Amino acid sequence: MDQYVLGVIVSNIAGVLSRVSGMFTRRGFNIDSLTVGETESSGFSRITIAFHGDDDIKERILQQLRKLHDVKEVEVLNKHETVIRELLLIKIRNSAGSRQDIMTAVEIFRSKIVDYSPSSLTCELTGESSKIDAFIELLKPYGIMEMCRTGIVAIERGDNCLKTK
Amino acid sequence: MKISGAKIVVETLIEQGCDTVFGYPGGQVINLFDELWLCRDRINHVLAAHEQGASHAADGYARATGKVGVVIATSGPGATNIVTGIATAFLDSVPMVAITGNVPCDLIGRDSFQEVDIVGITMPVTKHNFIVKDVAELADTLRTAFRIAKSGRPGPVLVDIPKDVQVALCEFTPNAQPVIPYPLTFAHEDKLAQAAELINSCERPYIYFGGGVISGKASAEVIALADKIDSPVGCSLMGLSAVPSDNPRFLGMQGMHGHYASSIAEDEADLVITLGARFSDRATGNKQRFAKNFKLIHIDIDGAELHKNIPANLAIQGDIRDALERLTAMVEEKKHPEWSARIEELKAEEIRRTENALSSTAEKDCGNCAAPCDKSGIPAKDRLNPYTIIDIISSHADENTVVATDVGQHQMWAAQRYPLKKPRTFLTSGGLGTMGYGMGAAIGAAVATGRRTLLFTGDGSFGMNLNELATAVSQKLPLVVVIMNNGVLGMVRQWQTLFFNKHYSNTTLDRKTDFVKLAEAFGAKGTRVSTAEELEKAAAEAFSYNGTFVIDCVVDCDEFVLPMLPPGGSVDNIITEIK
Ligand SMILES: Cc1ncc(C[n+]2csc(CCOP(=O)(O)OP(=O)(O)O)c2C)c(N)n1
Ligand SMILES: [Mg+2]
Repeated sequence: MDQYVLGVIVSNIAGVLSRVSGMFTRRGFNIDSLTVGETESSGFSRITIAFHGDDDIKERILQQLRKLHDVKEVEVLNKHETVIRELLLIKIRNSAGSRQDIMTAVEIFRSKIVDYSPSSLTCELTGESSKIDAFIELLKPYGIMEMCRTGIVAIERGDNCLKTK
Repeated sequence: MKISGAKIVVETLIEQGCDTVFGYPGGQVINLFDELWLCRDRINHVLAAHEQGASHAADGYARATGKVGVVIATSGPGATNIVTGIATAFLDSVPMVAITGNVPCDLIGRDSFQEVDIVGITMPVTKHNFIVKDVAELADTLRTAFRIAKSGRPGPVLVDIPKDVQVALCEFTPNAQPVIPYPLTFAHEDKLAQAAELINSCERPYIYFGGGVISGKASAEVIALADKIDSPVGCSLMGLSAVPSDNPRFLGMQGMHGHYASSIAEDEADLVITLGARFSDRATGNKQRFAKNFKLIHIDIDGAELHKNIPANLAIQGDIRDALERLTAMVEEKKHPEWSARIEELKAEEIRRTENALSSTAEKDCGNCAAPCDKSGIPAKDRLNPYTIIDIISSHADENTVVATDVGQHQMWAAQRYPLKKPRTFLTSGGLGTMGYGMGAAIGAAVATGRRTLLFTGDGSFGMNLNELATAVSQKLPLVVVIMNNGVLGMVRQWQTLFFNKHYSNTTLDRKTDFVKLAEAFGAKGTRVSTAEELEKAAAEAFSYNGTFVIDCVVDCDEFVLPMLPPGGSVDNIITEIK
């Protein structure tokens, strides 16, 4: 099973997120991550959905999304020609024994420390999901107190745009 | 001039060509009903006994005419009562606009009196739904609702209107015309060419169609293709009435209780051309086995249906009528003498099996059965067989008579046996299988057509919405309600007989309901019949009676619907006889 990333342009109106996510639940499609946010035009929002599935499931998801009245554009983003990013905020236990190791990891991963207290450290990291996974894996032994990931956002490279005509 | 939101609703309905709405009043639609009263010369409101009945009536109105059916209900319980009707319409692709009142905007989200989130509740069973919070958007939202309901693959749309929006004032200019549907998708030329190639090179073609042929108005085109490529034709439950049942190419319905000839023919075909059908599990049985022996071309207006249940060798999205016209022009005229001979054989076999079944039921004695089906004293040969009931009743109807059914054995018997001639004359809940659908649907159809309308119901199903007899009587509708009274929830009992060791758990209706007295209590007429002779007399009376007439037909509780593909089974384990 491959991972697919969909860019979806929807009308920016109340309830649209339930319609989209409800379709996935109702038809038994699993979502890896779903993010939603503003676009360059106030009438539309952009939803990025990542899911695992075969070609058949991907086609069914596309067809079902296209049937939703509020969905204006759907595209499978070609992963090789798309910039995919995710943001992580992670809070780790801060102790004299581990501080230096954490700092090294932060530096190597080009993460940033955004909050510091005598007992905790909060880092921010942006990147592809695999990079974030690796970072989390590395920090596990030091004691993760709390973390949250945004799920991915994605945009095509070059002049290609996902726009409503 | 500014008018109220309530008046905008009524004016927009009229603008959209709506002559009749079905509904039930309540606190959050009282303004709307006031406008309906003021406009009663221009739009007819049919008051049902229960909102569910009103929603099925709107559905029956839509199925019988092809127009958009409209149902109106108040907030809270009124709104939840129409959910079954909306879901029924959704699963059978029926164009409907459901309008609900809701509490004023500032009370929404506070669990106010009779507040429910009907938009949230109906999201999965509507094509789309709206809540209108600004009166300025009301008219256009309703127009869009009509547009969505009737575009492409039709379906229900709900518009929820808070009370303060009905009260608020706004400018309104009526449109000169009802909205036109969104542009149709048309089949790609090269896909049709590929289809033509498959058809030209096949030896045993079979055309299988569904309800899409009725909503896509493609009956004549189906026959034209069948004639040109010398193919037999069969359909799903939803396809019934699209093609006259006496057309020599028509082998009948397929699926769990489909006709023998059509099920076998499809399995023996080398190419199946499927038109406007979705391959529901009830139509296919075991999906792996179903399409094992043939190649499949699948044409549907809804792209999401392609490859959804059964993967096709060639899937084509597009309007059925257009696709068929173009495809028929592309294919070579063919004759398949061997295949045709085999089809004739299957047809003869079907007739033989049916006759056998008819005579064996007449001999059956049900001895120690607990169901109160009261046939003591009636010689076996005189007892009413389900098919006999349908034959006698249909002989009194004409080709334009709309036939509604409820859900159960009686539904399948009617689907198998009733001679249908014209599209939109057979109304049945296929996708949702809603017991209680029939009374409302028959009322909607009778109101829409102004003609005598027929309902085949079961004693169980009738019990669910028989309160709508009150509606039929007050609307002075000429309904003929035929109850196939077997004293049991027959369809479930049949499964218990076959798969649950005859444990008749809660399917024997030990009720003492006197349907004749009940009909009379509602102001209708009724009679009970146990023999063909009595039924003949009753039918003659019912079909000349100017009002609603209930015929309570005594049927053996152990009549079975056959043939039967067991659930998940296939033509390999088709049951044609039950001992
Ligand atoms: C609303 C609803 N509840 C339950 C069922 C399950 N069900 C399907 S057929 C059937 C029995 C129907 O009995 P009846 O109307 O007497 O028809 P018969 O099969 O006896 O002809 C039942 C309970 C259903 N289809 N719909
Ligand atoms: Mg019954």
